[in-house]
Amino acid sequence: MENLEFRFAAQPVKPAAGAALCGVVGSGNLEILIRPGDEADACTVVVKTSARGFGKIWEAVIAEFASRHPVGGTRIAINDMGATPAVVTLRLGQALGDYTGGAQ
Amino acid sequence: MNAPVYTNLVLRHSYFEATARSRVAAVLDAGSFREFLPPEVAQPSPHLAILDIPGAFDDGVIIGSAALGGKPVLVIAQEGQFMGGAVGEIHGAKIVGLLRRAALEKPAAVLFMVDSGGVRLHEANAGLIAISEIMRAVLDTRAAGVPVLALVGGSCGAFGGMGIVSRLCSAIIMSEEGRLALSGPEVIETVAGVEEFDSKDRALVWRVTGGKHRYLTGDCAELVEDDAAGFRQGAIDLLAGWNEPVPSSAGLRAEQERLSRRRQRFAGMRDGLEVWAALGVPDPRQVSLIDRDSLVALKKGLPA
Amino acid sequence: MNAPHSPGAWDTRRQGRMRRIERAASLGVARQVPASRIGELLEAVIEPGDRVCLEGNNQKQADFLSEALADCNPERLHDLHMLQSVLALPSHVDLFERGIASKLDFSFSGPQGARLARLVQDRQIEIGAIHTYLELFGRYFVDLTPNVCLIAAQSADAAGNLYTGPNTEDTPAIVEATAFKGGIVIAQVNELVDKLPRVDVPADWVDFYVVAPRPNYIEPLFTRDPAQITDVQVLMAMMALKGIYAEYGVKRLNHGIGFDTAAIELLLPTYATELGLKGKICTHWALNPHPTLIPAIESGCVESIHSFGSEVGMENYIAARSDIFFTGADGSMRSNRAFSQTAGLYACDMFIGSTLQIDLAGNSSTATMGRITGFGGAPNMGSDPHGRRHASPAWLKAGREAGGPDAIRGRKLVVQMVETFREHMAPVFVEELDAWKLKESMGMELPPIMIYGDDVTHIVTEEGIANLLLCRTPEEREQAIRGVAGFTPVGMARDRKMVEQLRQRGIIRRAEDLGIDPRRANRDLLAARSVKDLVRWSGGLYAPPARFRNW
Repeated sequence: MENLEFRFAAQPVKPAAGAALCGVVGSGNLEILIRPGDEADACTVVVKTSARGFGKIWEAVIAEFASRHPVGGTRIAINDMGATPAVVTLRLGQALGDYTGGAQ
Repeated sequence: MNAPVYTNLVLRHSYFEATARSRVAAVLDAGSFREFLPPEVAQPSPHLAILDIPGAFDDGVIIGSAALGGKPVLVIAQEGQFMGGAVGEIHGAKIVGLLRRAALEKPAAVLFMVDSGGVRLHEANAGLIAISEIMRAVLDTRAAGVPVLALVGGSCGAFGGMGIVSRLCSAIIMSEEGRLALSGPEVIETVAGVEEFDSKDRALVWRVTGGKHRYLTGDCAELVEDDAAGFRQGAIDLLAGWNEPVPSSAGLRAEQERLSRRRQRFAGMRDGLEVWAALGVPDPRQVSLIDRDSLVALKKGLPA
Repeated sequence: MNAPHSPGAWDTRRQGRMRRIERAASLGVARQVPASRIGELLEAVIEPGDRVCLEGNNQKQADFLSEALADCNPERLHDLHMLQSVLALPSHVDLFERGIASKLDFSFSGPQGARLARLVQDRQIEIGAIHTYLELFGRYFVDLTPNVCLIAAQSADAAGNLYTGPNTEDTPAIVEATAFKGGIVIAQVNELVDKLPRVDVPADWVDFYVVAPRPNYIEPLFTRDPAQITDVQVLMAMMALKGIYAEYGVKRLNHGIGFDTAAIELLLPTYATELGLKGKICTHWALNPHPTLIPAIESGCVESIHSFGSEVGMENYIAARSDIFFTGADGSMRSNRAFSQTAGLYACDMFIGSTLQIDLAGNSSTATMGRITGFGGAPNMGSDPHGRRHASPAWLKAGREAGGPDAIRGRKLVVQMVETFREHMAPVFVEELDAWKLKESMGMELPPIMIYGDDVTHIVTEEGIANLLLCRTPEEREQAIRGVAGFTPVGMARDRKMVEQLRQRGIIRRAEDLGIDPRRANRDLLAARSVKDLVRWSGGLYAPPARFRNW
């Protein structure tokens, strides 16, 4: 297992829910928990992943996500069982959608 | 944009493949679920962390209160996709705590959505102890007059210790896709060889552990369609006419007697097909092919 | 033998044929050959150096004849030049290992790809060329005409007429090339019957037939279990439907066999119908009978399907939907690979399929090191036929995007649909295809490229759609590909500013640009989520093979 931590500056986001959970820690999948964070214009991310050696890709995936969406003021925790970047990006989008509560 | 006009087939959502959270949302009255120890406050398993394996925030089980057809119920839902729904220390403690709360609060029922291969081997004794505590807590809750209904229709079925737990519940509701047994197919093949049991023969696996087999042999009270609405209605129907006597030692002994006789009756049979023939099913090969309603009708017509 | 022609003799092939038939007659073998004597027959009618076409299809296999040929005496039969569409069975490769055959012209080798590569490296096999199906069929009628063909049919009658059943596949092309150029046609059949349901091959084109001891092997190659389709594949299918199918109004098409396109098939009754696309897209197909298309057919989204071959378990469903499928008077399907490939090449507006690797020019390949797998039909359908003349809205729009409003011809849409990483984090997007290394190690003349980059019009990944028709320079094209290559090294090396400009021009479109909410990218959107759902949709007519059942 590898523990990764990131912090990105990001536009503030307005939550609709106190916390949002998306996904399951199953093979090739992951769970993402988004909660309010301490800094309004930053997003902190903690990843626990079963696959070692992909820190650079994780950083790129989350940086891209933070640059495309306002996610400031959030704390994101991830438990991962070998999800591909495609799955990570999709689940991040879904979790953020639930957190901000916009109409589907 | 045109409004979607979906057929019943599209709207039907398999319970078998759903996550525990979506099962909870769909089986219970809409919006009624309140989770105890939700992911943001729960702790993942410390044992898995030591073994360098990522845990889940809820340790693979969701507990809480809800309403079912307007009646208050407590709910347990195992997540089969996380470590095969296996029972670890925290996972087990959440279940036991919920059951003890039920014994005190006396809701109309506990709904136990089982989806588990049994003990989480990574947690060894902690998992084994957890299973035995769950068994005790199920019986205590029933003794307090609260029915515990096991819903078995997940992809991991109900195996190992969770197979025993399911049979200790007041009643079991299964779908055809659900499986219920003690040793799992792979375990049997590993221990006794592929000649004894071919775990890759999916049809055979379902013929000896699946919902239709368990319904014909009387191990489950109700057979429902593989969707959340089926399980929901099955639970509502069971509770509507509920009048089970509080379990007693004498009752358990009588059940033990009945199972021993059954074991002698079916001794030596190697396939559900043989058991169904012995039960008086005229054309056992048809059992796997017919739908739920036809099977229920078939069972009604069997000799007592 | 296939020696150059000597002036003065104009019927050497016919005489050769008579010679072979006389040898068979001297054995006392009639047209109906007992299974026990098939080896003797083959040794009598085949000569060393012959071109022998062994019917191996995608689905149906002349497996009994193949094994019988492999068991022949290599002192009697050697240096055979094998022609076959698909090299799928172990006995196909045994022929070369045992010294019976030495040269191979083929199209697809799938499961035998690794053994084939070893034989090439050990110089036990000479490969003439790896073809597409249509090329190989074409060469049967030009310079690779068989001396003998070994084919498979469902049944024969006493006169030797053959019924091929739903899996007609390559049989007509093979038999026609052989029977009308002095060749010998030998068929294995599953059964002998008094009256055939219909005649697919007339008796006077067939020289010998044998009732095989067991039914010919048929591979359920096109069955995709909806349970294995992922949320990411649903997302990509939503993007493809909205960004390509709807955009171009694609009505006539072919799909590859992967889970990506199966997801599209299962969104036709749900998402596509919700978008108002029913009847406007996907009405006419050149396609094998994919079980995952059943919900779309039952929902009235599909008007017609012509098939290359059949699919195990679909027989009764097809027979009950004769408005949709091509069926005979007997009710069962009539397939034909040569015609369906022609339809896929010339009569379809779109091909969409998956691949294992894509390079920066858009070339795609399924070749991996140590395996020679070939092409099958994808390059026929996944190519723009420059000879096409008839117009359609989709074809014209694509042509004008590429060549401007005055373009003198349209373009076929050739779409590659891939997740940026395969299993084990293997990147799909690469600087150089493994096909080039394979070319070197196998001494090939060309790298085995499946779809040429200049034919590819769109690439769909989970990151978005790249429209290569709108790219005006090689540099733009490269950045458009990098711009959907996700977090692969190729994708990370993108020029971010240029990619953003391409996005402004609509060359790259993301899910959000297409108005797609990722929360809807969920398996719940599939019209069927299990094989059992497909059976329900079919009203019990679809009978899936045992390995896809848990009941």
